Amino acid sequence: MTGPGPGTSVATSRATTASLASGPDALGVAVEPLLSALKVRKSYGGVEVLKGISLAVNPGQVMCLLGPSGSGKSTFLRCINHLERIDGGRISVGGELVGYAQRKDRIFEMNPREVARQRRGIGMVFQRFNLFPHMTALENITAAPIGVRRISKQKAKDRGLELLDRVGLASLAQSYPAQLSGGQQQRVAIARALAMDPQLLLFDEPTSALDPELVGDVLDVMRTLAADGMTMVVVTHEIGFARGAADVVVFMDGGVVVESGPPAEVLDNPQSPRTRAFLDSVM
Amino acid sequence: MTQATLTGPGRAAAGPAPEIDPDDIVAVPLRHPWRWILAVFLLIGFVCLGISLWQNQNIDHPTITEFIFNPRILSGVVLTIMLTVVAMLVSSVLGVLLAVMRLSNNPVMNTLAWLYVWAFRGTPLLIQIVFWGYLGLLYSQISMGIPFTDFTIFSVDTNTLIPALTAGLLALTLNQAAYSAEIVRSGMLSVDEGQYEAAYSVGMSPVFTLFKVVLPQAMRVIIPPMGNETISMLKNTSLLSVIAVLELYTVATQISSQNLRQVELLLVVSCWYLFLTSVLSIPQYYLERYYGRGKARSLPPTPFQRLRAALRRTPINTHRTDSQDAS
Repeated sequence: MTGPGPGTSVATSRATTASLASGPDALGVAVEPLLSALKVRKSYGGVEVLKGISLAVNPGQVMCLLGPSGSGKSTFLRCINHLERIDGGRISVGGELVGYAQRKDRIFEMNPREVARQRRGIGMVFQRFNLFPHMTALENITAAPIGVRRISKQKAKDRGLELLDRVGLASLAQSYPAQLSGGQQQRVAIARALAMDPQLLLFDEPTSALDPELVGDVLDVMRTLAADGMTMVVVTHEIGFARGAADVVVFMDGGVVVESGPPAEVLDNPQSPRTRAFLDSVM
Repeated sequence: MTQATLTGPGRAAAGPAPEIDPDDIVAVPLRHPWRWILAVFLLIGFVCLGISLWQNQNIDHPTITEFIFNPRILSGVVLTIMLTVVAMLVSSVLGVLLAVMRLSNNPVMNTLAWLYVWAFRGTPLLIQIVFWGYLGLLYSQISMGIPFTDFTIFSVDTNTLIPALTAGLLALTLNQAAYSAEIVRSGMLSVDEGQYEAAYSVGMSPVFTLFKVVLPQAMRVIIPPMGNETISMLKNTSLLSVIAVLELYTVATQISSQNLRQVELLLVVSCWYLFLTSVLSIPQYYLERYYGRGKARSLPPTPFQRLRAALRRTPINTHRTDSQDAS
C-alpha cells in the first residue's frame, strides 16, 4: 500500500489498531467486528487526507476519534456511510462493503438506491445538526421511517414521540428547528438517526457548535446510548466524554492513526509525543 | 441635559428639572417636515394629471364604461387568465424537470437541459410565437411511425393538430420553462449541502430527497421570482395577438379597428391587466408564507389578521398586550 507516511514512524504499536477491537473477546471467541476499515485512503485534489486508516469496532463498542482539525477524522467518519468515496482500502459495516459490491474477484460501484438502502443501517449526527427546517421536530424524525421504511404514519409517530421522550424533548414535538436551542436541535437530530434503528451511529463533532452550557444535555443522551449498547463512532474534542464512555480512543494526525487503545492508556499515558502535545493543548 | 428633551408621562412639573421615571422614554418624536412637503407636492401633481386626463376631449369616457364589461372583452379576459394559468403550471413542471436534469450528474441530461435553456432563452418570445403559429409552413404533416420505414401510426395535418391557441400556449409554455428552470435551479442551489447529507444519512434516495427535503426548502427562494414571472406571463399573453389568439389584447384591437377608439380600448385593457396583476399578488403572499414556515421563529400575521386585530383594537404584539394587561 502506501509507503510509510510522515506519521507512521511515530505510531506506537501498543495495540495494533485492528487487532485491538477485533481480537478474541473475554471468552476467547472471535467477535466479528461491526465496522472494519482496512488501509482506507482518500485524497482531495491531490492532497491525501487519509493515508491508510485501519480500525475496527466491535458490536456495542464506542470508539472516540480525537485529533487536531485537518487530521482526517471527520473525513474518515463520512467515508463510513459513503458520503465520501474512498480511493483505496476497504470499509465494511456488518460484514458488507460500504458503497461497493464484491462479486467474485471484482468490485462494482453501487447505484444510489443500493447506497441509500445501506445507509439506513448507519445513523449519523452532524456538527451543524442539519435538521430539516421546514419540518417539525416530530416530522424530522418520522420522515425517513414513513417515506423510506414505509411503516405506517401512526406507528412512526408513536415511535417518534417515544424517541423524543428518550432525548427529553417530548413537549417540543410540534416545534420547528428554528424555535429550538442548539442543544435541543442536536438531540432531535440524534432521535432522527435512531428512528431508522441503525446498527451503527456516527457522531461528527456533535457538541462543537453548541454553547458550553448545552453540551452536557447532548453528552448525557450519548452516554445513555452508549450504556444501552449502541455501537458508536464519535469524532469529538470532549476528552471527558471519551474518558468516560469510550471503549477505544483513537488519536489521529495527518491522515494516520497515531495511537489507539483504551482511554485510560491513550489519554492518561500517551506514548506518542504528538498525542501528548494534543492532549496538553485541549485539557 | 437629555432629561430636558424628555417629557415625563403625566408627571406634574415641579421645579426646574422635573424628575423623570428612568424606565419610560416618552420622547417627542423626530419631526419630518420635508416628507409632508414632498407628499403634498406630489399629490397636487397627480390630481392635476388626473384632471387633465378626465377633461381631455380626445378621450371618450362613455366608450370606456361601455367596453370595460363588454362580453367580448370579458371572454378575452377569461382566455388571458386561462393561458396564464395553464402556461405557468405546465412550464413550472417542465422547469423543475429541466433544473433537476441540469443539476444531475448525468452528462446527457445535463447537456440536454443546457441546450434547451440556451435555445429557448436565447431567441425572442415573439419569434417563438410566430414560429409555432406558422409551424404548418415548415412541416405540413406531423406523423409518427418507425424511422426509415413506411410504417406510420398516425399522420395529421399540422394546422389541425396545432391550432393558433395551442401554438400560442406551446410557445408561452416552452419559453417560460427555460426561465423557470433557471429560477428553480437557483432555488435548489440555495439549499444547504448539509440537508442533502442529512437526508442521505437516514437512507433517503436522491429522488425522495429532492421532493421531500430540497424542493420544499427551495420554494422559499423560488416563489418571489415565480410571482414575477407569472405577472410577466399575464402581460406576455398579449403577444399572441400576432397569431390571432382571441385573448384580451387581440379582442381590444379588433374592437378598436371597428370603432376607431384605440386609446379608450387600450385604457380598458390596461385597467384589466392592472386588476389581474394586483389579484395575482395575493396567492403569492400566502404561498410565500406557507413555504416560509420553519424559517422564522414565528410567522407574522396576515393582512386580514392585522385588520381584525386593528378592529378589535388589540395590539398584535403579545409583549405589548402583556404589559398593557399588567398596567
